[in-house]
Amino acid sequence: MTATEIGPDTLKAQADRLFLRKRLLNFGLPALVILYLAYVFVAFDVSGLWERASLENGRTLIRDSYSYKTHVTRDNSDASVTVAIEGERKGEYPQGEAPDWVALGETTVIDLEDGYEVRFGPETVEFDIPGYGTIRATPSRSAGVQAELPPGEVPEWINASKNRLAITTDAGRLTVTRNRSEVFRYSTGWELFWFTLESPYHGVGPLELASRAVSGEAGAIWSDFWNNAMWRHKDVAWAIFETILMAFLGTIGAALVALPLAFLAARNFTPMRVVRFGVRRVFDFVRGVDALIWTIILARAFGPGPLTGALAILVTDSGTFGKIFSEALENVDGKQIEGVGSTGASAIQRYRFGVIPQVTPVLLSQLLYFLESNTRSATIIGAITGGGIGLLLTQAIITQKDWEEVAYYITLVILMVIFMDWLSGWLRRRLIAGAGEDGTRSH
Amino acid sequence: MTDLTAAPRPVAQIREDYAEMIRRKRIYGGLLLILFIALMVAGFQTADNRNAGSFADGWHRVFDYPAEVLSEAVEKAANLPGHLVTFFPALIETINIAAAATLAGTLAGTLLALLSTRGMALWPPLIPLFRRIMDICRAVPEIVIALVLIFVLGGGPVPAMVAIAIHTAGALGKLFSEVNENASLKPVEGLHSVGATWAQRMYLGVIPQVGPNYVSYALLRFEINIRASAILGFVGAGGIGYELRNSMSWGQGRYDEAAAIFLLLFITIVVVDQISGHLRDRLTHGAAL
Repeated sequence: MTATEIGPDTLKAQADRLFLRKRLLNFGLPALVILYLAYVFVAFDVSGLWERASLENGRTLIRDSYSYKTHVTRDNSDASVTVAIEGERKGEYPQGEAPDWVALGETTVIDLEDGYEVRFGPETVEFDIPGYGTIRATPSRSAGVQAELPPGEVPEWINASKNRLAITTDAGRLTVTRNRSEVFRYSTGWELFWFTLESPYHGVGPLELASRAVSGEAGAIWSDFWNNAMWRHKDVAWAIFETILMAFLGTIGAALVALPLAFLAARNFTPMRVVRFGVRRVFDFVRGVDALIWTIILARAFGPGPLTGALAILVTDSGTFGKIFSEALENVDGKQIEGVGSTGASAIQRYRFGVIPQVTPVLLSQLLYFLESNTRSATIIGAITGGGIGLLLTQAIITQKDWEEVAYYITLVILMVIFMDWLSGWLRRRLIAGAGEDGTRSH
Repeated sequence: MTDLTAAPRPVAQIREDYAEMIRRKRIYGGLLLILFIALMVAGFQTADNRNAGSFADGWHRVFDYPAEVLSEAVEKAANLPGHLVTFFPALIETINIAAAATLAGTLAGTLLALLSTRGMALWPPLIPLFRRIMDICRAVPEIVIALVLIFVLGGGPVPAMVAIAIHTAGALGKLFSEVNENASLKPVEGLHSVGATWAQRMYLGVIPQVGPNYVSYALLRFEINIRASAILGFVGAGGIGYELRNSMSWGQGRYDEAAAIFLLLFITIVVVDQISGHLRDRLTHGAAL
């Protein structure tokens, strides 16, 4: 288009076209996004999701993550009563001992507060419910469970059948079957987090603990905490350590493998096209195969554990590092190498003093960035191969009842990743500022 | 400057000082190197001891499994095209999970980034809060949210999508807010002076400046999310990862299926990487979309 042809009309037409294009872009793009999301909505069957979703599971999950339940169980064949936290053997109170809301005796009285009270009598179980009345249930071998409810319609939170009576209230839950009567009471907190019941330090205040620690019991206190059978602090600490170890070994190992190969893939260091092409395709292949597949392959050879995870990170990231490093090497300033060469330096010295100082900041910053992101990958890989905190987490989730442990592990994972993030940022500021000084001093 | 007024120091002393400095630097460097190597070796040994199988026993077996899979796949090469077709819908599901999660994460990340950048935030006192939210979203590994959601929502693509979207929102939010720091605030002020609302100021004043960078980061994230989505499938969230796990647990006899899935996954990752790399190149080096 020449200058003479531009009149007001053509200009106007041009502006119109521009506006039309902008309008199309402005409305078309969001419309496309919405269309796609609508398609996904149908493809993922989101509307059917609410039917499949289990709100009950969600409630249990949330309640269990910040509270624990204590089981008070009466064996109806020999009349013995046991009290256990989460119903686990490891959390069982010693015979004849119970928390202060349970009064053991001929008739065991369980005070669930706010007027709710359960009595395990020699024959009959009674449950006082304020605003409703008292429920009596008599379990026997021959006749199943005979329940006597107050008159009127049976509310939906009572489930009574010939062999089983289940009552769910906010204060606690009672189940009576032929063989046993059991009360669950929920309490807030992570019980037994510090010490289990068989430890003499259970229930001792922090001040007294400190004074006892000073008077020479520190070792015993630590050992009781460290070997806590419920929360397994020792195993958890090892798992966190394993996860960080996987990330550390994998990242550093990958950098060590990738650095020499990166020279082979950089245009200015490897004039031979065939070599360059080959090495680059190796990088692409290793990256394309992806951590998931490498993890599966390596787990077959080495079995589950941190070494497998570390190697999986190492292999995948050597491809990524190779690509990044070779790009950094291609951007190296040739004048410095020439300068070093002019003083009679050998090839190795030229690399050492002419190239490495130039690429170090880039490499280090990438390395540290990956160290942080690989801590997260190590958690995920651990969940697949079985190692580190990822394994503990999946195990706890699979049992579908230890949600307080799941909450604990999630907190630890988040803290671990935030810590590694902070550490890598701190190291980056430290090391790269130092590298910069090195560079300026040589002038 | 001080050297000019002070008495000149003898050359020999300067040389000695310099040599001393170099020596000290070398010793420090050497010590650091030794420490580093010791850490690596000790770490490797610990990892080796805590692993089910040791490195020495396993390294020559690394290629046994791929060889087994490959030989069976070659044997049944005729089935391969059929398998590729069979598993294609699963692959589409994996890509959909990644794409929907990237979209949702990008939208949430944009909002979080705008709310946590000084000069753009709607509620400036809440900037630290939104920053912490982003930090936490970024720190949670996808698998954690996915597994918990699978328990509540049942298996399927939605838990994986939500999990990846949350992580993406955090990761992109941080990158986006770094981009925002470099954006000019003048258009925002101009729009403010004519009475534009916050949403208008952001959409008309900020987004056009940062758009290409945002899209480039989102594309990079999409590459990462495809891998993540395959992994989450492996732990039960549907898609190609789930199929892979199934065909693997069948063991020998179904390796041709595993090989087909490996192949699909590999091709997808490479193709998406190439396309997105090309697009990102164009976005960051001027050429308009």
